[in-house]
Parts: sequence; structure tokens; C-alpha cells
Amino acid sequence: MRHRIVAALLAGFLAAPAVVAAPGPLALACEPEWGALVEAIGGERVSLQVATTARQDPHRVEARPSLLAAARRADLLVCTGADLEAGWLPVLLNRAGNPRIQPGQPGHLMAADQVTLLERPARLDRAEGDIHPGGNPHIHTDPRNLARVAAALTERLVRIDPEGEAGYRERFARFSADWRQALDRWRARATPLAGVEVVVSHKAFPYLQAWLGLIEVAALEERPGVAPGPAHLQAVLRAIDARPVRMILRTPLDDPDAGRWLSQRTGLPIVTLPYTVGGSPAAQDLTTLFDATLDGLLEALK
Amino acid sequence: MQQSVMVSRLALMVALGLSGPALADEGDLARLRAEMAQLRAQYETRLAELEREVAALAAQPPVSRPVPEVRGATAAAFNPEVSLVLNGRYRHARALAEPGITGFVTGGHGHEDEDHGGARRGFLLDESELVLAANVDHLFRGQLNLALVDDAVEVEEAWVQTVAVGHGATAKAGRFLSGIGYANSQHPHAWDFSDPALMYVALFGEHGSYAQDGLQLSWVAPLEQWLELGVELGRGSAFPGTERDRDGLGATAAFIRTGGDVGDSSSWRAGLSWLGTRAASRESHFDDGVLGEEVAGAFSGTSRMWILDALWKWAPDGNPTARQLMLQAESFRRVERGDLACVEDETPDCADIGLGDYQTRQWGGYVQAVYRFRRGWRAGLRFDRLSSGTLGYGAANDRLERPEYAPRRTSLMVDWSPSEFSRLRLQYARDRSLEAVTDHQWTVQYVMSLGAHPAHAF
Repeated sequence: MRHRIVAALLAGFLAAPAVVAAPGPLALACEPEWGALVEAIGGERVSLQVATTARQDPHRVEARPSLLAAARRADLLVCTGADLEAGWLPVLLNRAGNPRIQPGQPGHLMAADQVTLLERPARLDRAEGDIHPGGNPHIHTDPRNLARVAAALTERLVRIDPEGEAGYRERFARFSADWRQALDRWRARATPLAGVEVVVSHKAFPYLQAWLGLIEVAALEERPGVAPGPAHLQAVLRAIDARPVRMILRTPLDDPDAGRWLSQRTGLPIVTLPYTVGGSPAAQDLTTLFDATLDGLLEALK
Repeated sequence: MQQSVMVSRLALMVALGLSGPALADEGDLARLRAEMAQLRAQYETRLAELEREVAALAAQPPVSRPVPEVRGATAAAFNPEVSLVLNGRYRHARALAEPGITGFVTGGHGHEDEDHGGARRGFLLDESELVLAANVDHLFRGQLNLALVDDAVEVEEAWVQTVAVGHGATAKAGRFLSGIGYANSQHPHAWDFSDPALMYVALFGEHGSYAQDGLQLSWVAPLEQWLELGVELGRGSAFPGTERDRDGLGATAAFIRTGGDVGDSSSWRAGLSWLGTRAASRESHFDDGVLGEEVAGAFSGTSRMWILDALWKWAPDGNPTARQLMLQAESFRRVERGDLACVEDETPDCADIGLGDYQTRQWGGYVQAVYRFRRGWRAGLRFDRLSSGTLGYGAANDRLERPEYAPRRTSLMVDWSPSEFSRLRLQYARDRSLEAVTDHQWTVQYVMSLGAHPAHAF
């Protein structure tokens, strides 16, 4: 019996796919937006594994065996940082036996370190909910931040894989040019959004709000990561009573109940933004992510 | 451009206003009033636009590159991460003269020292767990787990591990929870139920886990599928071994584990472990079936076990926030071989009983399912079953009782976690660990975590 079990286990290992020799480094991206950015700069030279899909909450993913295996082999780790992955990334770093992706190494790139964080809490107390000491980590909802991270990513790829330098720089130049054009286009489209007041479900969009000039009047989550109680929802209802709030913003992952409740009482439209690449059928890559985001916001203004 | 036109029109309006009544007839007045109203409306619209643009600009983050901030620029900033876990419970259970598991020798703490809520009843303060962890330097990381209980501070873990060896290899030295099995390396605050599985209590005592003092080497294979191999060399002083004054190895352990994803929604892991240790004069009590008295025996020999573990987790789209199913099962087989000596101080007629050979073969396991049915709420069901197996006492076989019994327990729990850091739990267990005793146990428990709580393994 025992021998049969051992034999079955061994057979399982042997059947596991062998390591595919990629021309360049192997990157592990924690979230889909960074995966898309690695694809844009790394091209086909970089093999990529993305730890979460758009339907998984990066706060709550677990340090799955598949991620341990990926972290063991990765040459570059691209994550948001700012404690967004605090529930699982430390396990990967401690147990993968891979010094290349440890903090301080070129293979450890945290996007939040490349930009200025908003909503840095003045007071650190868990009674305030699941707050991030460094500031709000959802930085990729402002496309200007993506441009900054792209620049840092290019430098890291060049350091890790000098042979691929020409390709990385060329793809970065192309990405930057495309991105500048897209930014102008989005800016022009977004003019009517400046000064529009919104209610958000989770505080997932401060960077988007800052970019477009949206004004967040209230958040349905009283404390980040904690489901709101009825008293808080009543307070939100009172707070927005006299104000020209136009819509309720949520990510596809936010609990829809509180938003529905508020929508029923106020008639405000609920706008589910894609939030990240793959978050809606239209958001296929970084460019279409922001196209789809603006589509959703402008639609709700009509 | 537009602004300058507006300014000149305003100037005109002001001039007209001052000299208005003298110059204008009725028709002019009406026309001018209409024009003025129109201009005012235009002006207000433009002003509102400008205000919105200013608001938008003010809300933008500065474009300059950030200066990395050094938090708390004092030596204190290098202090280790501190985490404190507070546990307590109310436990309703039957009074038992001698708690334990029929057919299994009592491990670890013995009867006087049940500080883990094992057999005590009423309001109980469980161990308070204090964890300090930090990188030592660029090569090592260290962690200390203390369990604070009345009159004692237990060092549950105190280890250093390498972080820069590379090639998937990690070495850990000190005291650490052994990597054997699945639940063994979980601390009590991470348990899915308020108590460890019965098999862990049978194998390692009330603590429900096996800690090594020694060295652990582990290696993660460079495969797309996770595969980890580990070897442990230890002192072997913990139950089922005993403290022995000698050089060399007291306990050896080895494990192999693997796992992966099935689609986006499911993940699994499975493992096989082996632990071998030795005991010298490990005392336990046996029942004399002839005289009905207790016989104190001291076992010296080897204790070897295999543990098989499997875990399957499912969540819709792999997002465990609102719904998740966790299926978990482990089983063991343990063989102990050696000599049983009679402890003469405690046993009156040692010579008659004729203790000598000792050989036991025992097995058991558990299966559990925990389901998160809404955000923060979980329900769980666990079945434990052991077998007293084959108990062989050589020449004393006729004299000592050799129970043939299958200790079992069914546990049901519901827990609520308002945040990642707190958990309240209600648990019911129908415990038939002891032959002819059915114990209905109720537990209400809190587990609260303060400070920098380390992330949990899968």
C-alpha cells in the first residue's frame, strides 16, 4: 500500500511539465496590470506568470503552491507593494529559496515605490480597518503612474538581462509614445468628468479620481476591508443628500450589496469599472482598460 | 481671447449702468437688460468651469519623483516585527478522572500540565503568543515564538534561517515546528477548529504539534509544479521521544510535498512525511487486567511514523473573499518497538508481570471540510478516527489489558472574522476518545491578533 502511494506520487512528479528554456528572464507579476506592463516592455523575450486574475482580490489571495513554484524560479518580481500583498507575498519570499527576488535586489520591483502614494494614514490603528501604512496601494488606476512604473521596469529588465537591452528600450520608447498619445486622447474625452462628485464602494480609485478630477464624497466601506454597517450607510445617505453626486463607483470585486442599497434610495447609477486588465470584456490590455474606464464613467454622466 | 472679450463687455456694461437712465429709451433698456442677463449666465458658466479645473488640478498628485522616506529615523526603526495573539475560551465538557485516548500512551505534557485547554473546563485563558521576527542581515532571518502561560514562558519556536543560499535551498536552525504533515507547523491561532486533530494529540501530546531542536534543510525544485523536499535532524527530546544524554541524532524527519492549481478556481497540495525518534525510559501507565491495578512501565526503543496529507481548496474564480471550500485530510501509521521495563517504585509486583518486549502498530487520521459561506463567516465539520491497532507486550500480553478500540470524534464549528485580525468561534464536539465515554463538548473561543501579523502559508 505504502509503496503504491509513493509510486503514484513519483509518477505525478515525473509527469509534471519540464522547465521550458525561455530566451530571457522569468517574471512573476502579482497583479494583471503589472503582467500587462511586463508584456508591453518585455515582449516575447520575458516569460511571464501572473499571480492573480482580475476576478481575484489581491488583498486576499493565498500563497498557493503554484505561486511558490513560480517564486522559486522567477528572476523578477513585479508587484504593487505598499502592503497590498502582505497576506501572501512574504510567504513566497521566505519559502521560495530565491535570493534574486528578495527586497533590495534588482529582481524585486514594487510599483508603489516608484510613485507618490495618496491617502497615507495620519494615524495607524487597526480600528481604522485594513489600512496600508504607506498609503493607498491602488496606484495603477492613474495611467500616468503606469508610465513611471514602465520606466523603472525597463531599467530593471536591462539590469537583469543586459543582452535584451536593445529590445527593452525599443519597446519602452514605443510604449511611451503610444501612452502619451493615449493620455492626450483620454484627457480630451474626460473633460466633462472634472469636478463630478462620486461615491465609491472601496477606496480603490483615489488615483483615478486625482487624474480625472472626480471628487469622492463618501465611501460605502466605513473602514477599508470591513463590510459597512447600516448606521454608516445611513450616514452616507445623509452626507450626499444635498450634493450633486452623479454615480457610485465599484470594482468588479467589491461587495455589490451596499451599492445596490444606496442606488435604490437615490437613483444613482452604479458604475462597475474594470479596475484592472481583464476586469471587463472590453479591458483587454492597458490601453483598453482606460478606454473602458472612461466609457463607463461618461456613460453614467449622460 | 474669450476672457478679454468678456472683460471689455463687462466694462461696457458698467459704463452703461452708470449712465443708463439718462441715455436709454424703453426699448434700449429692455435690450440691454437681456444682454446683461445673457452675459452674466455666460460668465457664471465659465467661472464654474474654471473652478472645476482648479479643483481637478489641486487634487492631482505632484508629478515630481518621490523621495524615499525613512520611517522613524532612529535605531528603533530596526526593531523586529512584533505580533501578539490573545486566545481564550469557555469550555463545557464532562469531568474526566483521567483524560486521554484509549489505547494510546499519554504524550508530552502529562496529566498535571494541561495548559492548552485540553481537558480543563470553564473559563480558560489559552496561551498568549508573542512573535518577534526580522531579517538579521542580508543572509539570515530570525523568528521567536513565545507562548505565555501561567508561571511559564514556553519557547515554541526560536530559529534562524538562510535567505540568500539560492537554488531553492533554505536551511533553518534552532527550535521550529517540524515540517512533517500539514497541520503540524500551524500555530494554535491558525487552526480551523478550537483544538488540534485527534491524531496530532495521539502522536505528539496536548500541544498537537511536533517541535524539533535542530536543523532543517529544504529544497524547492525548479519545476512548474511545486515540489519541496526537506530533511530534519533534531535532538528528539519531545514526545514520542525523550530527553537522552548523548551525542548525535535524536530524531530524523523527512518530507516531500507537492501541489498546484487546477484551473483558476482550485488549488491543492499533498505530502508524505516520515519521522523517526527514540525514547529512553518513557513512562506511561498500563492496566493490569488480572489485578485491576495500574502498572507503571518505562519504554525504551524506537518510534517511527508515516504521515500522509492532502488539501484541496476551491473558491469561485479563485477569489476566497466571499466563498471558499477547504477539504483537508491526514492519516498516520506509527510503529514503536523496544523494551518495556517495570517502574518498581510505582508498581508493587513487577516481578510477576514479566514486562519485556514492547511493540505497537497504530494508525488513524482525520477528514475535515471548512466552508466560507459569506464574507467573514465559516462553518466546518471534522471527523477524527484512530485505531488502537496492535499492542504487543511480549510475555505480559495476557496480563496487561490491550484495548481494541477506535477512538473517534466529530466536531462542528462556526466562526466569524469581522476582520483579518479577529475571530470568534463556536464549536461542538462529540468526543469518544475514551472507551465507554461519550463527551459532548461545547467551546466558545476568541482568537485576536495584534500588531504585525505574519502571513500564513497555504
